[in-house]
Amino acid sequence: MKEHVVPEPARDPEDRTPHAVPARVLVGTAATLLALTATTVASSRMDLGAFNVVLVLAIAGLKASIVALFFMHLRYESRFQTMVLVCAVFFAVVFAGLVVFDTTQYQSGIAAQSARTRAGAR
Amino acid sequence: MTSPSTGGEASPAADLAGRPPFAAGHFPTMGLQLDASKLGLWLFLASEVLFFGGLLTAYAVYRANHPDLFRYGHYFLDWRLGALNTTVLIGSSLSAAWSVRCAQLGRRRGLVVTLLVTLALASVFMAVKYGEYSHKLHHGVGWGLAYRPSREILAALPAALRAAPAPEHAGTFFSLYFLLTGLHGIHVLVGMGLYAWLLRRAGRGDFGPGYYVPVDVVALYWHLVDIIWIFLFPLLYLV
Amino acid sequence: MTTAEARQPQGESYLEHGRGPRSWLLTLDHKRIGVMYLVVIMASLLLGGAFALVLRLHLWNPEGGLVSSDTYNKLFTLHGAIMVFLFIIPGIPSAMGNFVLPLQIGAQDVAFPRVNLLSFYLYVAGAVFFVAALVAGGVDTGWTLYPPYSLEDARGLGILLALSAVFLVGFSSILTGINFITSIHTLRAPGMGWFDLPLFLWALYATGVIQIIATPVIGITAALGFFERVFHLGIFMPQYGGDPVLFQHFFWFYSHPAVYIMILPAMGIVSEVVSVFSRKPIFGYRFIAMSSIAIAGIGFLVWGHHMFVAGQSKWANVIFSLLTFLVAIPSAIKTFNWLATMYKGAIVLKTPMIYVLGFFGVFGVGGLSGLFLGSLATDVPLHDTYFVVAHFHFVMVGAVLIAFLAGLHYWWPKMTGRMYREPLAQVSAALVFLGFNVTFIPLFFAGVAGLPRRYATYAAVFQVHNRISTVGAVVLTLGLCLALGGLAESLLHGRRAPANPWGAASLEWTAASPPVAHNFTSAPRAGYPYDFSALRLVSEELGYVPIEDGAPR
Repeated sequence: MKEHVVPEPARDPEDRTPHAVPARVLVGTAATLLALTATTVASSRMDLGAFNVVLVLAIAGLKASIVALFFMHLRYESRFQTMVLVCAVFFAVVFAGLVVFDTTQYQSGIAAQSARTRAGAR
Repeated sequence: MTSPSTGGEASPAADLAGRPPFAAGHFPTMGLQLDASKLGLWLFLASEVLFFGGLLTAYAVYRANHPDLFRYGHYFLDWRLGALNTTVLIGSSLSAAWSVRCAQLGRRRGLVVTLLVTLALASVFMAVKYGEYSHKLHHGVGWGLAYRPSREILAALPAALRAAPAPEHAGTFFSLYFLLTGLHGIHVLVGMGLYAWLLRRAGRGDFGPGYYVPVDVVALYWHLVDIIWIFLFPLLYLV
Repeated sequence: MTTAEARQPQGESYLEHGRGPRSWLLTLDHKRIGVMYLVVIMASLLLGGAFALVLRLHLWNPEGGLVSSDTYNKLFTLHGAIMVFLFIIPGIPSAMGNFVLPLQIGAQDVAFPRVNLLSFYLYVAGAVFFVAALVAGGVDTGWTLYPPYSLEDARGLGILLALSAVFLVGFSSILTGINFITSIHTLRAPGMGWFDLPLFLWALYATGVIQIIATPVIGITAALGFFERVFHLGIFMPQYGGDPVLFQHFFWFYSHPAVYIMILPAMGIVSEVVSVFSRKPIFGYRFIAMSSIAIAGIGFLVWGHHMFVAGQSKWANVIFSLLTFLVAIPSAIKTFNWLATMYKGAIVLKTPMIYVLGFFGVFGVGGLSGLFLGSLATDVPLHDTYFVVAHFHFVMVGAVLIAFLAGLHYWWPKMTGRMYREPLAQVSAALVFLGFNVTFIPLFFAGVAGLPRRYATYAAVFQVHNRISTVGAVVLTLGLCLALGGLAESLLHGRRAPANPWGAASLEWTAASPPVAHNFTSAPRAGYPYDFSALRLVSEELGYVPIEDGAPR
């Protein structure tokens, strides 16, 4: 019976000894996140109209990036993994964007039809 | 994902002799197994981004077309509890990342402590969530047509809102609230289960610099749970 | 494998290694998992096909009469749902991809064997839920499950079971995609660069991207639909404050890319077969590889072309129509490259190639007919007519099913270690092609003449279209049964297959037919998978072997 062979394969990432994220980076990241949380809360107390939503989303995006880069150590990983995340976010944004665009465009049609229905019912 | 192949087919002894425990027979090196596990998890996280992204799209659609529902509805949510939960999750992300560090550096006791802290903070999050849900449901603040708020909770709204008539279909805001936080909560519960499993294995001494894949991979999942909440908190509680 | 090795009996194959139901049901061997998938997938094809046959028989007469209108609605709904979710989407990736992928990269298994088994059981659970939906009274909404109708309380339990089934098979699909992409990244044989991969693997990679990115959205859609019905949330149902067109956006954001999950692996099979059976390296390898990625990417941007008359806004319509025209381009690139591969090749007219030749004609028609639907002006009269039905059956049945059969016949010797009877298989292929065209070509004409889809009865003027179509359906059924019967017969009486009966150069053909449990008995050496110059035919019995070093070519 021939020996079962498990050859060393060709692949992109090399063998790496574990890269432990330094303690000060972890603590610093957590502190930054808490500070940004406070900023978000503070910004929401100001009345900026529609811009409030944009601002909190921007800060949330920043916080998420920080978690991804440092806690999830994307900063130290191969770029392909970042690509995976970026692609996912891209398609999620495309979906949300096009759907929100379309639904806002046809609201007037719904309103007009509702008015016609109510007028017809009377 | 990474324990010896079992069941039905045995890996030949010649290959496994001298290999570290928890090596999967079809990977030639532990480094490769780690890389594959992490890549696999990142792909799974991509699918989670789209899963929550879909739900957030529903949020965005209703926000864009009926902003009054959100301006009205978010006052029913206590932003201080939301901020508390955000802090708790950030803390748990810190302890999760720290647990990976401990495993990588072979600090067994630190690993157990950080895993325990993560699990404890997750429990705090769920407790606060439970409190919020039960308070709302007790006061008739439900989803869709089940939105029949009690007098007490309406009295707690800011004066300006009490004066104006409530928006039609205000219950839709709460449908989105319960869907988003509920789905997130299910993910927290799954994470808690995973951390309990990790604690058991860490207690047995399974992890060290030569093998820490499960700790790393579960932590990555946990950070995503944190990221989702980072978006939910402001979108539901603050604006 | 050398001539000497080809003559020797191989060690215990994966079929014999471990016996009894537990060794199958709890297996981690990708080959066994692939075989189990194949069994359930074939059962789904037969179930969905049986429904189709009943539909076509009912439509023999304009006034129907075989079944009630209500039953008719349930039949076309479950025909669609079962075919889409249980046959076409998982078909090639799960039944063939699982088996072939590790072999083609020279690995022992996929990256996550236990997740692979989980994928299988999630798929089976989904299948059980669909059957339960049938038993619970059926679903009559059309496979697209549109609210408000589908989420009204009067629909009963069936819709909830169907939504659960969709969620489960979706999860299975996501995990398969994760497994395949990770395997291709991390387990390729030494020396196998990205452009040494067989094109079937480029196809599976692109498919995996779609599975991971698109499927979660149908998952959330199914969950939202489920909760809408149970809790009256007001997301989709207008009476509770919801928006039913929103459901369509959610549904099609997955279901359009899903058709690329169906077609990309089929195109991968075509790339393999056309090259091997023209005895010529594939023309334009990089173009075909990159076009798979392009189809996956652009395919995410066109979902609104299913909603042109649903109430979608004018500007969204224009954007989606424009993008739809773009997505046709990479498919055309592939088609021209395949044809160029055949040019001046030495065509071998064996069964897989016969199916592939049929594919070219049918895919061409199917794809081109899509352009009429992607064009706003022509879509308005054609939407919800039999033109649409003919279009998607041409690409789903004509292209995907035919490619599925091509792949099944191509890899059958590898999977089972048996050769099927070639003459019978060729006759079946001819009947499938003939039956398919006779079934669906009349439906294009019926659609242009205005016959709407999903109606249990029709105006007498359409009787001729429907009767020709029904005759075609019977011939198609016969061809399919003969093809599958012939394959089944080979399991009992088929000649033993050599390792490389077709003279292909990708790595799976260096393993035994069927392979041993760990796939390879000597280290697989990567080379260009379409270089046939290093192989020579020993005999029909022993197949092709590598030309020994120093021997004349």
